[in-house]
Amino acid sequence: MNTVARFQVDYRQLLDERGRATAELPAFARDAEEMRRMYRAMTLARVFDAKAVNLQRTGQLGTYASSLGHEATHVGVGAAMHAEDVLAPVYREYGTQLWRGVTMREILLYWGGDERGNDFAGPRADFAWCVPIATQTLHAAGAAMTFKIRGERRCAVAYIGDGGTSEGAFYEALNLAGARQLPVVFMVVNNGWAISVPVRAQTAAQTLAQKAIAAGIPGLQVDGNDVIAVRDSVGAALDTARAGGGPCVIEALTYRLSDHTTADDASRYRPEREVKDAWALEPLLRVREFLRQAGHWSADDEQALQRDCAREVDAAVTEYLGTPRMSTDAMFDHLFASLPKHLQEQRAMARARGAKTGGH
Amino acid sequence: MQWRVLAAQRRAATELPKLTMVEAIAMAQAWEMQHDPSVVVIGQDVGANGGVFRATAGLQERFGADRVQDTPLAEATIAGMSVGMAAHGLKPVAEIQFMGFIYPALDQIVNHMSRMRHRTRGRLSCPVVIRTPHGGGIHAPEHHSESTETMLCHIPGIRVVIPSTPARAYGLLLAAIRDPDPVVFLEPVRLYRAARQEIADDGRALPLDTAFVLREGTDVTIVTWGAMTVETLRAVAELDKEGISAEVIDLATLSPIDSATILASVAKTGRLVIVHEAARNVGVGAEIAAIVAEHGLYDLQAPIQRVTGYDTIMPLFRLEQEYIPSAQRIVDAVQVTLAA
Repeated sequence: MNTVARFQVDYRQLLDERGRATAELPAFARDAEEMRRMYRAMTLARVFDAKAVNLQRTGQLGTYASSLGHEATHVGVGAAMHAEDVLAPVYREYGTQLWRGVTMREILLYWGGDERGNDFAGPRADFAWCVPIATQTLHAAGAAMTFKIRGERRCAVAYIGDGGTSEGAFYEALNLAGARQLPVVFMVVNNGWAISVPVRAQTAAQTLAQKAIAAGIPGLQVDGNDVIAVRDSVGAALDTARAGGGPCVIEALTYRLSDHTTADDASRYRPEREVKDAWALEPLLRVREFLRQAGHWSADDEQALQRDCAREVDAAVTEYLGTPRMSTDAMFDHLFASLPKHLQEQRAMARARGAKTGGH
Repeated sequence: MQWRVLAAQRRAATELPKLTMVEAIAMAQAWEMQHDPSVVVIGQDVGANGGVFRATAGLQERFGADRVQDTPLAEATIAGMSVGMAAHGLKPVAEIQFMGFIYPALDQIVNHMSRMRHRTRGRLSCPVVIRTPHGGGIHAPEHHSESTETMLCHIPGIRVVIPSTPARAYGLLLAAIRDPDPVVFLEPVRLYRAARQEIADDGRALPLDTAFVLREGTDVTIVTWGAMTVETLRAVAELDKEGISAEVIDLATLSPIDSATILASVAKTGRLVIVHEAARNVGVGAEIAAIVAEHGLYDLQAPIQRVTGYDTIMPLFRLEQEYIPSAQRIVDAVQVTLAA
């Protein structure tokens, strides 16, 4: 019997949990200001997240999907992407989106039940949040196909969770991307849990990165709590894709430190011990340590940052809470480029009812 | 003697548990798993988590991880494996976590589940129940509040059932599991915990393909289902005050439709209002109107009225109450039929 093909999946970590470099660091990581910038973004994502959960608990926000613990992956991807690239998010990658110019007010509006949250003022070409699992991976492949056909040096990045890699759409997207050598990076955020189902019950595959292999594209595993490794790996994959070298799958190993959403109670199915252990690997601590050891971060810096983040988040919350509800016309606006007649009639009915009930 | 009967009734009443709809759904599954070893429960988060709405709470503990299985996160997998299991002797009760996520499963439902019996000339069949939450009104995120039953009703070879109370959920789900053909069982999320009802856990099923007359009346027939029964009964209470007597029919099985019950009622009242949360265009209400036009036109004293959602995307929750028909809209529609 002859071996006709061999495959391997590499794992990368550049910064360990105590903030020590485990290999030679890339240029951006040797730039103190750039590292501080990423640390600030990670901190802002975390402060925002805690506030959003609090808003939900106090009845001022709908169900909310927390990003707690994912900050390194999210900021690493954001920092690696170019502004002209296109992001196809799932629904908790706020760190990437904030980096790309989505506002906290928009995130709150979306989870607050208002479609205007999807109308990003910043990254106009990015896809909106995607709740139907894995469907966005094909959109990213389609966007990448457009860039390829038009000869634009742009890439698409699709996020997907560990559970999402069980969906047919994910395999179809990988297959298409490989077959057509599309400029797309699939960012698999393996946080251990698809609501209550642990990744070991999801698949017998040792890694999720290896799902790339069957599609004929490279797959890499990174420490998703290491912002340097994430940014460096995604940056390299995007450089390759941009230069016509084809797609890539990057599996970021991280941990969902929160419940799945605010509607979930993970204590029903997840051992407390596991969460406790995962906190030791959380992503902010190691960057702070890295900066501190290099003399680029002080206790005063940390205090000032926390204060600035809280102020910025509070301002966004005020703006969100002060955003009046849309009128009933909003149901009809943007349904088509121009509204068909029967819908114009229904719009008028809705207006009349709104007036009758003393609504808005 | 009278007091003894009353005391016995009171005792029976206090002994029966008062259950929410979601508890009744879990209880029906447990009953049937206990009495029929071929029944299995599958879906996302139905195991240790007991379902995101708790509709399978306690089942895995009681019946084990073989019979109550968390599937991989893939709806086509859930529906497709149900086809394979059902064709070979099991009776899967499969949960699709929200109706908005049923679409990857539609290929399996349309092309296999619904026609297995027919295309194999009865050699193989698909006794599957697909349970899925239905409708809005609970401030849920995007894609979690739609009412797209009409898509399912258009598929030949499956039944579509929707309960409107805990007791009907219990009885209809038992009937759905026992039915030899595929049933999609829609569960109105707004009613999951809206009310409690005493239910005897006696394994007694309610009939499928049968509408329930919730209230008799003489002036107008209102046909509705699921969560809209609540708004309708609220509207009817208002109409009572004005001396208008409405008959309310809970359709319960959306496909096939119990035409006889509707036609008999319209023959009596001469007026028909149809209420559903789903969009109007090609909704189940259109089919009901067509049935009455075909078979009961001369009983009608006024044009049929439909009270429905708009033909728009179900809005996110800040506007969802503007979309979902209100009791006032139902009252208005009844007034229109009476003015005609």
